Amino acid sequence: MKPVEKELICVTCPRGCRLRVLTDGDKVLEVFGNNCKRGASYAEMELRDPRRMVASTVRVCNGERPVLPVTLSAPIQKRLIRQLLREISTVTVEAPVKMGDVIIQNVLNSGINVVASRNLKSAGKTH
Amino acid sequence: MQRRWDVVVIGTGPAGLAAALSAREHGAREVLVIDREPEPGGILLQCVHNGFGLETFREDLPGPSYAQRYIDLAEKAGVRFLMDSMVLSVSRDFRILISNSQQGILEFQAGAVVFAMGCRERSRAQIRIPGTRPAGVYTAGTAQRWVNMEGLMPGKRFVILGSGDIGMIMARRLTLEGAEVVRVVELMPYLSGLSRNLVQCLQDYDIPLFLSHTVTNVLGNNRVSGVEVCAVDAQLHPIRESAEIIPCDTLLLSVGLIPENELSLKTGVLLDPLTGGPMTDNTGATSLEGFFAAGNAVHVYDLVDYVSQAGQAAGKSATLFAAGKLPARADVFPVRYEGAIRYGVPQRISCSSLAEEPLVLQMRVRQPMEDGAEFFVSAGIGGEATGELLFKRKFPYARPGEMVTLTVQTSAFASLKECGGLTVRVKEETA
Repeated sequence: MKPVEKELICVTCPRGCRLRVLTDGDKVLEVFGNNCKRGASYAEMELRDPRRMVASTVRVCNGERPVLPVTLSAPIQKRLIRQLLREISTVTVEAPVKMGDVIIQNVLNSGINVVASRNLKSAGKTH
Repeated sequence: MQRRWDVVVIGTGPAGLAAALSAREHGAREVLVIDREPEPGGILLQCVHNGFGLETFREDLPGPSYAQRYIDLAEKAGVRFLMDSMVLSVSRDFRILISNSQQGILEFQAGAVVFAMGCRERSRAQIRIPGTRPAGVYTAGTAQRWVNMEGLMPGKRFVILGSGDIGMIMARRLTLEGAEVVRVVELMPYLSGLSRNLVQCLQDYDIPLFLSHTVTNVLGNNRVSGVEVCAVDAQLHPIRESAEIIPCDTLLLSVGLIPENELSLKTGVLLDPLTGGPMTDNTGATSLEGFFAAGNAVHVYDLVDYVSQAGQAAGKSATLFAAGKLPARADVFPVRYEGAIRYGVPQRISCSSLAEEPLVLQMRVRQPMEDGAEFFVSAGIGGEATGELLFKRKFPYARPGEMVTLTVQTSAFASLKECGGLTVRVKEETA
């Protein structure tokens, strides 16, 4: 197969390096334009198995707020994001909740947990 | 609740929480933070996305987790919180007038005050978009609050004006919640937020971005029915022939933030017309002795970690002032940011405080410099022939959306007293 050049913007840090990646099929031959090592591993991962952190909210029952912000224990495959959001939308949690509480364990068999981003008290108890 | 406090902090966002925590850590006994919201955390509570705290905690946290960590630290350190309370005024003799629905009117006496009220979003009236005035035109932050804190969806089909980070992050968030974001429109020929958000918020979800375009009309009677979008020329004037009607039910505005200073202005603090925030020195001191300021109330930051650092410095200085330990303000010198630097903070430096920590200068450039930018700090103020070069640093690029930070070791300033101030300049490199 003939090597193909692809362009990517690295999302690892706020700098956003513009990468040019020389690939042969799904193999990365060389990465140009990265200012640090993380750029090269991002390019490899992005072409082989692209992943993202995803944050959302879930419904809360009997809480001081109607929704609880949640995040992931690790980045998830990009292709699973829509399905993940459908899973998250089916959940209702009962207050109180502590930051780090697992809201969905091993979501979509990904090995990743959906966790609470903050504490949430029961309704009626103010700060 | 007692009447007298060593340090009173107004605002419980990242700047206020860090200031209050730092005040306790530096020995202030009675520290109070006041906020009009029912719970502390400020705008972080609605920023449910990740990307916070890489500097402070070496972890990639969502906004509410970053806030929670500081709330826990502040509570453990003995900071007192007064929530659901509106500060009405702060007098020059440190009397703070507050109103809330439980106690009516309260008056407190402080030893020192830290202003940490954050910023507000620029609205439709401030950018003068013509057209009707239907429901469905909101700022991106308002929509963010509804979606992430109230569990409400403000529309089904969105156009977003402005490519700031909040606008792009909301484009993704609304898409994940099932809405359609038909396009993001940016007046300038470049992105105003971070490039990584272009990738992970817009490109990941195939949301089109139109640079050098703007919204020139809002259509609809009771509810927005569409917006007119035009390309703009090099002078940013709309090109009429390019006008296009985009059907939508909601227009979100992500068109800039303005430091909130109603209170500080009323107290008599001097503001910098370039930043919209108080003129401060490197200790967070404003033009009024005993009054300090930090965070987005001073100037709009792009990373929360720097907001926390500024809050920490202001909390420390407020504590020293309240204890009568802050050195007199004899040796305060101006810093001038020139040429292609749009603005910078601090605007003054206090020499007596320099011995302890390196001087941190933060600034934004006017236009993107993609092939490199070199920054120079020299002694003296004004004129072509300024004094001795004290510091220089080269960056691979400088962009208006990304603040430039120069950390200058204080040993460079031995002769500052003689030179009367500092001048900061930038030279753009060309490929």
